[in-house]
Amino acid sequence: MAIFINKETRIIVQGFTGKIGSFHAQDMIKYGSNVVGGITPGKGGQKHLDRSVFNTVKEAVEKVGAEASIIFVPPAFAADSIMEAAEAGIKYCVAITDGIPTQDMMAVKNYLRRFPKENRMVLTGPNCAGTISPGKSMLGIMPGHIYIPGNVGIVGRSGTLGYEAADQMKNLGIGVSTSVGIGGDPINGSSHRDIMEEFEKDDETKVVLMIGEIGGPQEVEAGHFAKEHMSKPVVAYIAGLTAPKGRRMGHAGAIISSSGESAAEKVAMLKELGVTIAPTPSAMGETVASVLAKL
Amino acid sequence: MDIHEYQAKEILASYGVKIAEGGLAYSPEDAVQRSREIGGSIWVVKAQIHSGARGKAGGIKICTSHEQVEAAAEELLGKRLVTHQTGPAGKVCLRLYVEAGTDIDRELYFCLLVDRSAERIVMVGSAQGGMEIEELAETNPDAIKKIYIEPAVGLQDFQARKMAFALGLEPTQLSHAVKIIKGSYRAMRDLDANMVEINPLVVTKTGKLVALDAKMSFDDNALFRRQKISELRDKSQEDKREMAAADRGLSYVGLDGDIGCMINGAGLAMATMDMIKLAGGEPANFLDVGGGASAERTEKAFRMVLQDENVKAMLVNIFAGINRCDWIAEGVVEAVKKLDMKVPLIVRLSGTNVEQGRKIIADSGLPIITADTLAEAAEKAVQARNEVVANQA
Repeated sequence: MAIFINKETRIIVQGFTGKIGSFHAQDMIKYGSNVVGGITPGKGGQKHLDRSVFNTVKEAVEKVGAEASIIFVPPAFAADSIMEAAEAGIKYCVAITDGIPTQDMMAVKNYLRRFPKENRMVLTGPNCAGTISPGKSMLGIMPGHIYIPGNVGIVGRSGTLGYEAADQMKNLGIGVSTSVGIGGDPINGSSHRDIMEEFEKDDETKVVLMIGEIGGPQEVEAGHFAKEHMSKPVVAYIAGLTAPKGRRMGHAGAIISSSGESAAEKVAMLKELGVTIAPTPSAMGETVASVLAKL
Repeated sequence: MDIHEYQAKEILASYGVKIAEGGLAYSPEDAVQRSREIGGSIWVVKAQIHSGARGKAGGIKICTSHEQVEAAAEELLGKRLVTHQTGPAGKVCLRLYVEAGTDIDRELYFCLLVDRSAERIVMVGSAQGGMEIEELAETNPDAIKKIYIEPAVGLQDFQARKMAFALGLEPTQLSHAVKIIKGSYRAMRDLDANMVEINPLVVTKTGKLVALDAKMSFDDNALFRRQKISELRDKSQEDKREMAAADRGLSYVGLDGDIGCMINGAGLAMATMDMIKLAGGEPANFLDVGGGASAERTEKAFRMVLQDENVKAMLVNIFAGINRCDWIAEGVVEAVKKLDMKVPLIVRLSGTNVEQGRKIIADSGLPIITADTLAEAAEKAVQARNEVVANQA
């Protein structure tokens, strides 16, 4: 099963013919992702990487049955591309772009809410590494080889810290059902909680690893969801123990601006909600292993 | 990006928010010139630094003569003011704002900010102004009114009126309050601000509403389309190292510890710093070298970390995804050779081509300490730092 993407999922790349889009499209194709084409307005009708280029997302949906999309469009135009995908009937969209203005993301979220839930596109990101269902499909920029197929769902804000977790798990022989990057921005397409909801419904996922960080309310919201609505155990690690208040730590959203947003506070609240905490970032793999062993 | 009080007031005034008459001064002579232009018999000389709580730090002086204005300016210009927001280093005051004194009847709190949970702009107000909202939220949360704004239609008059009543304003003040509230919202929306805070918003003895202090901060991601706002940047208020790093495309935050860090990715950087702390050390900095981590960027990052004289050991932790460990190892070896490093270096590589990367480090003949896991890297860094400290003693 996995969530969001599978072997058959028909993928398009928005910003297909650009340097970054081309590079990662090639990598995804090499991994085995079913990339069926791409969008570059004005270049419709051309071929790129042996696949069709379309002027609009709508055309790609109609002609090659595009279901999922990945966005490599520069920040100034990315919100527009996301809304175009939603309007065209794309079901799942990953926005890789880093640097989208906050008010643009507010507009995007507001636009998405206008669609009835059954027709509403799911967005993850922006400012993320993407999503991978190991052995099936990769819709992102991660190194595919560090993930092995398995039963642990990963949801995290950070790219490389997520790789670190997958690598620790691989070294212990633990595989991943799907790994979803929700990105480091203050306003993002899907929250930790939204992804937990999907993992709870997924047969293949037995345990969820949440990799959070300082700033914002999402980790604790996910903890409440886990306590009230999940049958599957949740493991969490929250980065940023040493981060001072009011300083932005790389990610636009990684800033402690009010109470409850520090790593220590989030850990304390998650513990209270019954989430198993990985005590150090080096122990994410072991902690997942110990929880798996109890199943 | 933060701006000064006087800049925020100029912007808000252009959106219909009433402010007291005032002017900018760079010297005591300027300051007196301003107070003479303003006239009257009471003036406030305000240090322009990027921080709140300036009053407590002695950055705001009430003056009743031009001589006092001059003396206040002389005292404040060039002074480093330390508030709980600036950190112990404080911020240097190079500009003053001289303002006409206001006859205050009541102080109110008003703010607009991005609510991450609601994914909307929220308007926050309280009839108890003057104090910081965090303080108020703890002592008297019921005194705070929050109104969320629907992004598609924007702030409506009825919402502004609701806020005005929550602030305890009189019916005669209603239309003026609505004008101020809507003007602040338009400034926020039009200029991609993250926050507009008027604290205090005062009711004068004659019943007028005046923004006595104002603070705005802007979304860095939107500055590309806000040229005029970008021009308001005051580099004297920003950390020099952080600015230098930003100019080089690196994300750096200076901290108080002594173990320097270079890591790729913000999350992994925070996690590595946590690991240092858990191993008994303190990180000297946050540094995200980014996804590319080319030899050139690596060298720049090394320079950034090592220019901090507190650094007694340096830890490099790279998870190579799209890039490769062998490329990174080459960059590290090159940087070490070029920079003549005086402090021990601990390198942990993982990900793509990790074996080749480790071999390059081992074959370099340089005294680089290597580690396989995150925990091991942090332990070795703390150990190396402790040895340096012991040898110095």
